[in-house]
Amino acid sequence: MLPRNLEAEHFAGYPPEAKKLAVANLTVLQQLPLSFLPAFLREMIDYDYKFPRERAAIEAELATLNALAPEQRAAWFAPFSNLSLSSRLERFDWINQPAQFLEQESAYLWTTGQQDAFRKAATQYNDRLRTTSPAAALPMRRLGIAIIGRGVTSWDGPLFRNLRMHGTWFKQIDPDKGFELLLAGVEARAQARAVPYGHWYVDGGQTADHSPQLTCVSYGALEPVRSALLNYIQKQIQRPGMGPEELRSNLARVLPADLRVEQAGDPVLDRFQLKLLTEGSGTQIFSTTFAQWTAREVLRRAQPVTLLVRFAPRQRQRPMNELLSDLPGTTEPDLPGSLIDADMGAYYHWMNQQRLPGSEESSFLVWFEGHNQALAIAPTLPRGVESASPMNLASLLSLAVG
Amino acid sequence: MNRSAPCRGAVSARDVANRLSCSRRDFLRTTAGVTLGSALMGASPFLWAESARRKRKVIVITFGGGARDQETFAPEGQENIPHLLQELIPQSSFFTQVTNHGILGHYVATASLATGVYETLNNFSAVPPDHPTVFEYFRRDLRRPANDAWVVAPSNGFNRIGESSYGQGWGATVVLPKRLLGVATSGKTTDYEHLLHDNYETPLYVPQVAGSEFELQQLETILQLSVDDFIKHARTLSSPDELSVYIAKRLMRLQAPSLLWITMHDIDIAHSGAYSLYIEGIRRTDRLCAELWTAVQSEPEYAGNTTLLILPDFGRDADEDAGGNGFQHHRTGDVASRTTWMMALGAGTRQGLVFDHPVQSIDLVPTLGAMLGFSPSQAQGKVIGELV
Repeated sequence: MLPRNLEAEHFAGYPPEAKKLAVANLTVLQQLPLSFLPAFLREMIDYDYKFPRERAAIEAELATLNALAPEQRAAWFAPFSNLSLSSRLERFDWINQPAQFLEQESAYLWTTGQQDAFRKAATQYNDRLRTTSPAAALPMRRLGIAIIGRGVTSWDGPLFRNLRMHGTWFKQIDPDKGFELLLAGVEARAQARAVPYGHWYVDGGQTADHSPQLTCVSYGALEPVRSALLNYIQKQIQRPGMGPEELRSNLARVLPADLRVEQAGDPVLDRFQLKLLTEGSGTQIFSTTFAQWTAREVLRRAQPVTLLVRFAPRQRQRPMNELLSDLPGTTEPDLPGSLIDADMGAYYHWMNQQRLPGSEESSFLVWFEGHNQALAIAPTLPRGVESASPMNLASLLSLAVG
Repeated sequence: MNRSAPCRGAVSARDVANRLSCSRRDFLRTTAGVTLGSALMGASPFLWAESARRKRKVIVITFGGGARDQETFAPEGQENIPHLLQELIPQSSFFTQVTNHGILGHYVATASLATGVYETLNNFSAVPPDHPTVFEYFRRDLRRPANDAWVVAPSNGFNRIGESSYGQGWGATVVLPKRLLGVATSGKTTDYEHLLHDNYETPLYVPQVAGSEFELQQLETILQLSVDDFIKHARTLSSPDELSVYIAKRLMRLQAPSLLWITMHDIDIAHSGAYSLYIEGIRRTDRLCAELWTAVQSEPEYAGNTTLLILPDFGRDADEDAGGNGFQHHRTGDVASRTTWMMALGAGTRQGLVFDHPVQSIDLVPTLGAMLGFSPSQAQGKVIGELV
């Protein structure tokens, strides 16, 4: 089956909104090469469960593709069309299982030495898309906050090494009520400008009391889901012939209802939380990895204007079998290790924030929880300098957001 | 030190690779006191060695799991590799730009290193390489006995790396220390289970390892180690790679193979996303490399006639690549994940030299062939002239 043979009824298995979108754009979908289309369908098939920003991006991409003249479309997709795929891939049900197709396509491209060409084609396509679809104006300047090192009483190792050159390193911060002040600042932003899925609070431990105007995800609240998922994985890996690739494919098919994960009462958020655990590597076992990966996915997918991430201690590294069975006593924390993880996680938080539109106006703040060190990055703050000015976290936040 | 200044320019993949190379070279020049090698090339140190080939030993260590520049040779990473920098590199010929153009999975990449061909086998399947391995070339061409070529490797698929279908019976004997431990403990839940996990690529998946009586016999007869002593020693170790080095050192003492291949893997804990554990893995591997070199000096069969080659199978994704998640994986195929380094020290190598021209990971086997005197007829790499 090739894209040119697509018919409306091929999308019968899609959720309602996704089906409507696919059928309405059938003509342009038929003209896309097989090496490209399933990647687009992987996004489209989940359209009903996408964040507003993602829906808008899919719609904008379709509008762009529909507006291309035939010769333009041919030029855009020539690098993809030049890739050679196997007949086995052509026979695959890439319409209904695009994610699984991409796994197999990726393996095939690596095996046939075409991965670099695919990577180049994808990069070029994204660059073209960006230039033709200018980003919408943000409702407010973006703010990222990372709180790291919870529970660490003393630390003489390096901090903020990757971020220092980009901002001001404050060394006289009053830590009193620091988390509460930062959370209050985030809540005030949500109160001032309501944006659907626009203001987030992610916690690597248990969630603190917070405004319902914030979208919240936490490692602690997902504990029943993680347990259910780990039980599912235990059963899967004991099946004869099960390997990493099969396990990954099976995880991609898990739905919230399979694990009774409908705890958020919000199908979009439920699906998002499940994917954090089924698609993330290590998110099921280390809270620091969970917080870092969640921040990445929130930024990549929801593109919020506010994201507060509070890291929590992760458990000490233990044997994988024990982690998988989630036996009692597995929560012994590794405090210094968690601080190092979170310090890097904060850097990635900022990096991913900078990949979004409006990055030149964005602000970022990272604080060593309970201590007097913080670093702020903002258009108004000098870079690569230290400050001994005493202030609390509320004042620092004001300084960072201007 | 401004690590990128000498190499500043347009940002093509080639340029990035060169920058990685330059950063290592500049760092080595200033810190380790080594010299750019191309200006100092003279007669091959191996010319004298023809008559000594019979006694020559070669040990290859894959600095496994893949580590990036910023955690190793860049200024901010140097604290993680003190042994490489202070002890080994001053004695080494160092190649700053080793690229891997193949599939970036650990088993398939290591198989490619061992065959000199970019293998395309399924990384997650326990299948032999499609092309002859260095062990088969070595043993068949030089008529060496089975105990002269060994592999010590993690257990996830590496049990088939010793031999292709090229010359059945001419491969290396493969020791999988964690597998041995699993068999020796009969799956009991004890405090040494932390040594058994080795598949970080998908951290949730732990491969089922089936033991065999033959392996326990290896433990008893070849390593002269009782099961109880083996388990007792394992309890003192902190990682699978420490167990591998322990086994390698016993092999050196008791079997003295001429070709010994050790695949490290601890660093691949990075797939779990815990940066601190990734750094710990690098530091441990750094220490274990030096420990093994010390063992070479103390073993009469090895001291003075051994060449040690250390190289990663590949790197990891760059922070800057939006398609990846930084250090955690090696999935993007970007320059950082494809560009690594190699050091060669010991017998026949020139000390304290840096070579920054590109070589490929598949050049290893032809180079070993030239060193040891066998003909890797199907290998597709080229001989690295500075080492022969």
